[in-house]
Amino acid sequence: MKFVVEARDLVKKFNGITAVDHISFHVTPGECFGILGPNGAGKTTTIRMVYGFSPMTGGSLRVFDLDILKDWRRIKARVGVCQQENSLDPDLSVMQNLEVFARYFNIPKQKAREKAIELLSFFALEHRQDSTVMELSGGMMRRLVLARALINDPDLLILDEPTTGLDPQSRHQVWDRLARLRGKGISILLTTHYMEEASQLCDRLIIIDHGSILVEGTPRDLIQKHVGQDVIEISEPTQELRSFVSSRNLDHEDLGHRLLIYCEDRGDLYGKITREYCKDGCLMRMATLEDVFLKLTGRELRE
Amino acid sequence: MFKVSRRFIRVWQRDFTVYRKSWTISFIPPLLEPLFYLGAFAVGLSGLVGNLQYRGMEVSYVQFIAPALIGMSIMYNSFFETTYTSFVRMYYQKTFDAMMATPLSLDEVITGEIVWGATRSLIAAGIMLMVISLFGLIRFPHGLLILPLAFVGGLAFASIGICFTAIVPNIDMFNLPVFLFITPMFLFSGTFFPLENLPGWAQLAALLFPLTHVTNLSRSLCFGELHGNMFWGAGYLLAFNLIFFPLGLLGMNKRLIK
Repeated sequence: MKFVVEARDLVKKFNGITAVDHISFHVTPGECFGILGPNGAGKTTTIRMVYGFSPMTGGSLRVFDLDILKDWRRIKARVGVCQQENSLDPDLSVMQNLEVFARYFNIPKQKAREKAIELLSFFALEHRQDSTVMELSGGMMRRLVLARALINDPDLLILDEPTTGLDPQSRHQVWDRLARLRGKGISILLTTHYMEEASQLCDRLIIIDHGSILVEGTPRDLIQKHVGQDVIEISEPTQELRSFVSSRNLDHEDLGHRLLIYCEDRGDLYGKITREYCKDGCLMRMATLEDVFLKLTGRELRE
Repeated sequence: MFKVSRRFIRVWQRDFTVYRKSWTISFIPPLLEPLFYLGAFAVGLSGLVGNLQYRGMEVSYVQFIAPALIGMSIMYNSFFETTYTSFVRMYYQKTFDAMMATPLSLDEVITGEIVWGATRSLIAAGIMLMVISLFGLIRFPHGLLILPLAFVGGLAFASIGICFTAIVPNIDMFNLPVFLFITPMFLFSGTFFPLENLPGWAQLAALLFPLTHVTNLSRSLCFGELHGNMFWGAGYLLAFNLIFFPLGLLGMNKRLIK
């Protein structure tokens, strides 16, 4: 199998709106592939097509070299999905959530129980197996959703914003577990709008907006290519600084009260600017994926 | 075409697992309801109403109403299961979303819900059958056929319930079908008084109600009768299922597959 997911010219329209507009991408075995984009960019719609939840309007989609239209059931049997909204069963206990879910995959009772115990301990939930879902914290619920997504030993794990709404501790715990799963060779398809999450987890990613792919690459290459090494941030830039920046033809973004200069600097330019144009309110930092994201998708609010 | 395999049983099992958690509470209504009704009608109303004529027989009011109680219970159990309860699972708990990320199809999810609704009717009718037969109001073995009747009738009310679930924008809107569909059926399906007491046009209209046929069949079976007219009733229920079961699946596909 060359690709775990191979999407070609995916199109999804509903109610006259094109949510996904000719997107093509592929996920190779063992890879963590990220789909980034602002709210409403088409991330969730895209991955919903991959796990057979939404029918596509156009294009072709193969998962595990199988056609999603024909072999949807075989594909779904080998995929684990962690949806954005909490879909845990509040009528059932933690253990029952896993056992009942295992039945949907026709996993025999004994095997399901063993797998459930293993997963609960992997996600540090073994002491809560008899709790009801409502008694769990947000972080625990998300770990349980992840555990549930792994009950069928999937070859592909699909995560739709896995850490949205979690506190930093819980988020790092989820990242740690996902990193360990990657170590075991599972392929991951992930959507997120946390750039740190994408930098930490993704081997490769696409940034999409308005249903189309803007860029594709590894986090490091994307930063290097679209922003560079460093970013100098100046608050309340003066007119002199602005003319200096344009005279030097520096790659920059002027946000009015803030000026961002993208550069490969290592200190020289920064030294000059701090000496000559601003005494304080000026800092230099490493460029991040967030800079790429904002540069490409713009800064205006969405929705 | 619909994607239904016997995997729908997994959805049924999920509902059954939940039901078993509140087993004792779920048992109480079908156990006590007939006792309350029979008590009220036997003690309170019978004296006023006296005996009445049913298919040329003179029957007591309690005898008349006992089979209708089973019919109503068949209606309420499955209809409420696939309306309010299914809506909560679909809309608030996102249970269907989770199921659709597994090898289940939406059609199987909905089929599981409908068959579970019918099972609720079956369980309730079974308990009521036992309670009511203690009063000597049911002839056996005919009365046992009430169990398959409960299942087929339950499928009918569950299917139409799912049709409503597919179209209501929010859970409060279920008041509408309850007041415009369920309550008139409850009152005018030959449940509390013989259909013949209604004007001709209303009798014909009542024949459109599934509960009319469920009640008629239940009554005949309780009285130990098997007659040709019963086939029309059974045929009606089967036809009703053949229309509203697929309609429910279609409606839910329209609502949830996006």
